[in-house]
Amino acid sequence: MPGKLKVKIVAGRHLPVMDRASDLTDAFVEVKFGNTTFKTDVYLKSLNPQWNSEWFKFEVDDEDLQDEPLQITVLDHDTYSANDAIGKVYIDIDPLLYSEAATVISGWFPIYDTIHGIRGEINVVVKVDLFNDLNRFRQSSCGVKFFCTTSIPKCYRAVIIHGFVEELVVNEDPEYQWIDRIRTPRASNEARQRLISLMSGELQRKIGLKVLEMRGNAVVGYLQCFDLEGESGLVVRAIGTACTLDKLSSPAAFLPACNSPSKEMKESPLVHPPSHGCRSTHNSPIHTATGSRLTQNFSVSVPTLIYTGMGSGSAGKEGGPFKALLRQQTQSALEQREFPFFTLTAFPPGFLVHVGGVVSARSVKLLDRIHNPDEPETRDAWWAEIRQEIKSHAKALGCHAVVGYSESTSICEEVCILSASGTAAVLNPRFLQDGTVEGCLEQRLEENLPTRCGFCHIPYDELNMPFPAHLTYCYNCRKQKVPDVLFTTIDLPTDATVIGKGCLIQARLCRLKKKAQAEANATAISNLLPFMEYEVHTQLMNKLKLKGMNALFGLRIQITVGENMLMGLASATGVYLAALPTPGGIQIAGKTPNDGSYEQHISHMQKKINDTIAKNKELYEINPPEISEEIIGSPIPEPRQRSRLLRSQSESSDEVTELDLSHGKKDAFVLEIDDTDAMEDVHSLLTDVPPPSGFYSCNTEIMPGINNWTSEIQMFTSVRVIRLSSLNLTNQALNKNFNDLCENLLKSLYFKLRSMIPCCLCHVNFTVSLPEDELIQVTVTAVAITFDKNQALQTTKTPVEKSLQRASTDNEELLQFPLELCSDSLPSHPFPPAKATSVDYSSFADRCSSWIELIKLKAQTIRRGSIKTTMTVEKASPVGDGNFRNRSAPPCANSTVGVVKMTPLSFIPGAKITKYLGIINMFFIRETTSLREEGGVSGFLHAFIAEVFAMVRAHVAALGGNAVVSYIMKQCVFMENPNKNQAQCLINVSGDAVVFVRESDLEVVSSQQPTTNCQSSCTEGEVTT
Amino acid sequence: MTSELDIFVGNTTLIDEDVYRLWLDGYSVTDAVALRVRSGILEQTGATAAVLQSDTMDHYRTFHMLERLLHAPPKLLHQLIFQIPPSRQALLIERYYAFDEAFVREVLGKKLSKGTKKDLDDISTKTGITLKSCRRQFDNFKRVFKVVEEMRGSLVDNIQQHFLLSDRLARDYAAIVFFANNRFETGKKKLQYLSFGDFAFCAELMIQNWTLGADLKELKVLVADKDLLDLHKSLVCTALRGKLGVFSEMEANFKNLSRGLVNVAAKLTHNKDVRDLFVDLVEKFVEPCRSDHWPLSDVRFFLNQYSASVHSLDGFRHQALWDRYMGTLRGCLLRLYHD
Repeated sequence: MPGKLKVKIVAGRHLPVMDRASDLTDAFVEVKFGNTTFKTDVYLKSLNPQWNSEWFKFEVDDEDLQDEPLQITVLDHDTYSANDAIGKVYIDIDPLLYSEAATVISGWFPIYDTIHGIRGEINVVVKVDLFNDLNRFRQSSCGVKFFCTTSIPKCYRAVIIHGFVEELVVNEDPEYQWIDRIRTPRASNEARQRLISLMSGELQRKIGLKVLEMRGNAVVGYLQCFDLEGESGLVVRAIGTACTLDKLSSPAAFLPACNSPSKEMKESPLVHPPSHGCRSTHNSPIHTATGSRLTQNFSVSVPTLIYTGMGSGSAGKEGGPFKALLRQQTQSALEQREFPFFTLTAFPPGFLVHVGGVVSARSVKLLDRIHNPDEPETRDAWWAEIRQEIKSHAKALGCHAVVGYSESTSICEEVCILSASGTAAVLNPRFLQDGTVEGCLEQRLEENLPTRCGFCHIPYDELNMPFPAHLTYCYNCRKQKVPDVLFTTIDLPTDATVIGKGCLIQARLCRLKKKAQAEANATAISNLLPFMEYEVHTQLMNKLKLKGMNALFGLRIQITVGENMLMGLASATGVYLAALPTPGGIQIAGKTPNDGSYEQHISHMQKKINDTIAKNKELYEINPPEISEEIIGSPIPEPRQRSRLLRSQSESSDEVTELDLSHGKKDAFVLEIDDTDAMEDVHSLLTDVPPPSGFYSCNTEIMPGINNWTSEIQMFTSVRVIRLSSLNLTNQALNKNFNDLCENLLKSLYFKLRSMIPCCLCHVNFTVSLPEDELIQVTVTAVAITFDKNQALQTTKTPVEKSLQRASTDNEELLQFPLELCSDSLPSHPFPPAKATSVDYSSFADRCSSWIELIKLKAQTIRRGSIKTTMTVEKASPVGDGNFRNRSAPPCANSTVGVVKMTPLSFIPGAKITKYLGIINMFFIRETTSLREEGGVSGFLHAFIAEVFAMVRAHVAALGGNAVVSYIMKQCVFMENPNKNQAQCLINVSGDAVVFVRESDLEVVSSQQPTTNCQSSCTEGEVTT
Repeated sequence: MTSELDIFVGNTTLIDEDVYRLWLDGYSVTDAVALRVRSGILEQTGATAAVLQSDTMDHYRTFHMLERLLHAPPKLLHQLIFQIPPSRQALLIERYYAFDEAFVREVLGKKLSKGTKKDLDDISTKTGITLKSCRRQFDNFKRVFKVVEEMRGSLVDNIQQHFLLSDRLARDYAAIVFFANNRFETGKKKLQYLSFGDFAFCAELMIQNWTLGADLKELKVLVADKDLLDLHKSLVCTALRGKLGVFSEMEANFKNLSRGLVNVAAKLTHNKDVRDLFVDLVEKFVEPCRSDHWPLSDVRFFLNQYSASVHSLDGFRHQALWDRYMGTLRGCLLRLYHD
């Protein structure tokens, strides 16, 4: 009997009227855990009952504590007939099971009914007494901490990052059981909610056990998903990264200005001086590898792409014995693991050594009934297969590990597409194993760790590349090779040098498919997939070049399957990495040179494209400093000379504008537009409108190039469903509809949030689903963050000027950064000779014949590392704090509801997270049989999403928190039947409940009581009830 | 391609003040979009009409959901569904309960019943205020009335506590409730020149100083007793001779004016006669003085003297009652005396 759960029901308020005669309600409460139920007294005739119950005590196994939710049901007492249910509250008590999280859950919870929505609130207090030392309960995995955050949580330090953990559980979906034909929709919904809650608990416990086996104490980047497979069942699966975390309890952790990347560097023991010991490897353009075709059980694995660069030249030999040792150790550390995958997207400094490129794998499966829920072997095998494929892709790229790893599914009837993707990488072994390596290698490692450009250097062998690629010497260190374009699924490393700002880049694509059954359908889908992958990729490339950028971060490609079409949506954040070469322009070529008007048309298009590139460069402030030809050839200048050079260039760089992109010496991307498809593609390139002035957007955590965030944030979810006119639907019309849908949605967001200008939409997350034949649903969740305009204006100056300016005004500590960079960013190698390579798309020859990718590499410019990194030193600006104080004036005396912030990011601008209270993972179903009366589909879903937000906030507040970070809406499944006046929606959300303290408040607190600890200062934060 | 569903939900509920105004003014989404287009918002923001339509729909839906809570403002503060900063909550409530001058003049003093509600069509046509807005304003009046009708204690305080209105707005509602409760006639043609502000001012004085049921009949002796009336007149005339531009007119009219003012007091004891208070004040006092072109300063001089002289009437025993009555009446008359 390892635990005692204690629950007290205090009061209710705003209850609905259940007795029409008296306009009142006789409410009582049932408290259920496992198989035990307690009841409160009936509180007669009140809409605001005060039960003040005794403590209901449940003595339970810790296994149950982890699996079961606490279920609170509010009912209206009826003497003569059955009691009417008012609604329910499910409380996940997991946060009470580990010592560092919440100690009590206490507060007002919305009473939720799946038919009526929120109906009043109930005040509940929950406590858990664990009888013994937590160690005794290792079997139950109590005490393992879970985080949705895909980086090391802010108030922890990673001692060891163990690696991948995964688990899945399956069950029959209550909605499809025979009993569902006779029970009410409410009972069916509740059975489903309860089952999923149970399954989540079980899954989490099982993952916890795996973590304990690995001797870890936490799971970071925990991602749990549901697959509603319909008739064949319900799958709940989760992946995460097992870690051993240490709580940072030193007062140092309390210094203000902490959520900035550079601050983390300072906190970390791993901060290293820039060194020249980069490993030698390279990446460059893009490539495609064909995966093996597995056909078993009607499943089809699809040839997948590996998005990376490629190289030529000799493998770095200058690394010496140390490098070999490093590689060896990494290898052995990782080879012990079945899957060397990491769900993290941001890493402790020094963790990421090189990035190879994006690896992805997809597989089309036919669902069949899960016969034995206790042995979910089939689903396990499916995923194992995919993971194996990812692993081999990574190997082909010379990488031992995959970071930024995620898995997803798309289901339509009996067809399911399983997808996995990540970024192949070489990691530093230091974090991967127990202390043994650490002692002897630490020092040398730090000396030899890559510089801020190191992650761009190719990890694979130049002579033996998995695909053709273009390599150049790194524009930063000049020693190692880099690809000309880099695609990744991770966040931009905090120490990466970026020129200008980044922007959201999306590729959108639809393909019609014939309706078919079973195997035929699966085959049709798997035949279409490679083309979609290829086209999505081409679109991304074109759009990236159009923006004048050379790298994508946070790449997420979603392929959605419907009855008669496939949709592809790729989102990523484009940036200009200083270490990579300047992207070439896009050149258009026609195939029929005799036609005069055609020529004219071509040159017109060309001009438009060139203008757009020039405009984008200006818009995103991409003005890499030009270096004249003589310098390229010159030997490495002496340090003094260098600084002189820097200055003189900065003066001239203002005048240098790159307008002439189409010809001359730059690399160019040639598009031949002889077929209409290509024409359409060129057109669609130009239809994407940039955000209005004052707006930026990205799908990564933070916007490259903006760092002066102020404290105002607005998280939102927007959903749109369009109905396609079914008449003569063509791929072309479909693409246009889909493109318009996404563009209009973005335009609406910019308009709605215009009062926040200047602001940036961060972590923009689009999900596409095809609920019915002619319906397309797009769901977007993102957060708008304001930033300081004055500082933003400054960025129009050249990076060098800016850094000098800052260096003179900033304090000494910060001064180090620009200095380091200056010496670090100098050309040390001449450029490789110009050459032209054509990319081999032979695997898709039929489709690709009209596309010729010609990349002419010209050693014409050499880019220094920009010094913009200094801008990442984030300090809450005085203006921001001032604004905040005004905005969050203490609520007026009447108000008792505390503010709970929600954000998909792992941090809160201008604030320090002092405590993680536990994971929030909630699943809700809402159904209506009076759709029109509830304002139609829009009214219904609007109200439901608002209710979901409210329930998340209430749970966080009850845990004593004031924010949810790393919030995501994992699922929003909406079904309607307007003829029957019915609709149903399922929503699954998750995030980390935290306590944060404003940096401005923190200064006060820490100056008053410098030794204050985490717990006590939490109370100084925004008070919640 | 048609949009089936289109929503935006923020963790902090977005409130667009301009759209809120249009919603309160009762415009349909289509009309509101047209008005917004005319305001030049598309040029300012570079948005398209479709974006504006979607945005307007979305705000309207939010307001519609909030409306239920606005009916009981304390609920808006305690509810968990919409996270709205306190300053915004206050703005929502204040604007929701704000009303149009033209509308309130039409229903002031009327019974807040279904019958009146049926007349809202006419009021809408007459005032140019949309029927929807008229309904909201009428329902607000009625709701506040119902809640505070039976309550003890200060009317203004009760309204403020239950509807969280600003002091100014709570006072206006107190006047509306007071007028509705007493059913004062305000719609007659000769009262048309009076603004809601005039009535509200009078209502406030009356609420503060008058308690219903005081035996105002006792004052009647001032005009019924001929000697007392003559004595009163001579006291006033002596005091004002040479100080009043309209002295002769005053002297000639004194008895009529005095009868008018005292009879108003007597009528206040009969519930059904109370309704005519403002009609009487205008007919019996404001109009006679105005037709003789009394300047406001002379009216003030006269009322002060008229009220004070009663203290020197030895035979009159209801000095305190008189002071309370005249104090308020003087305030009201001075406010009502304008063109």
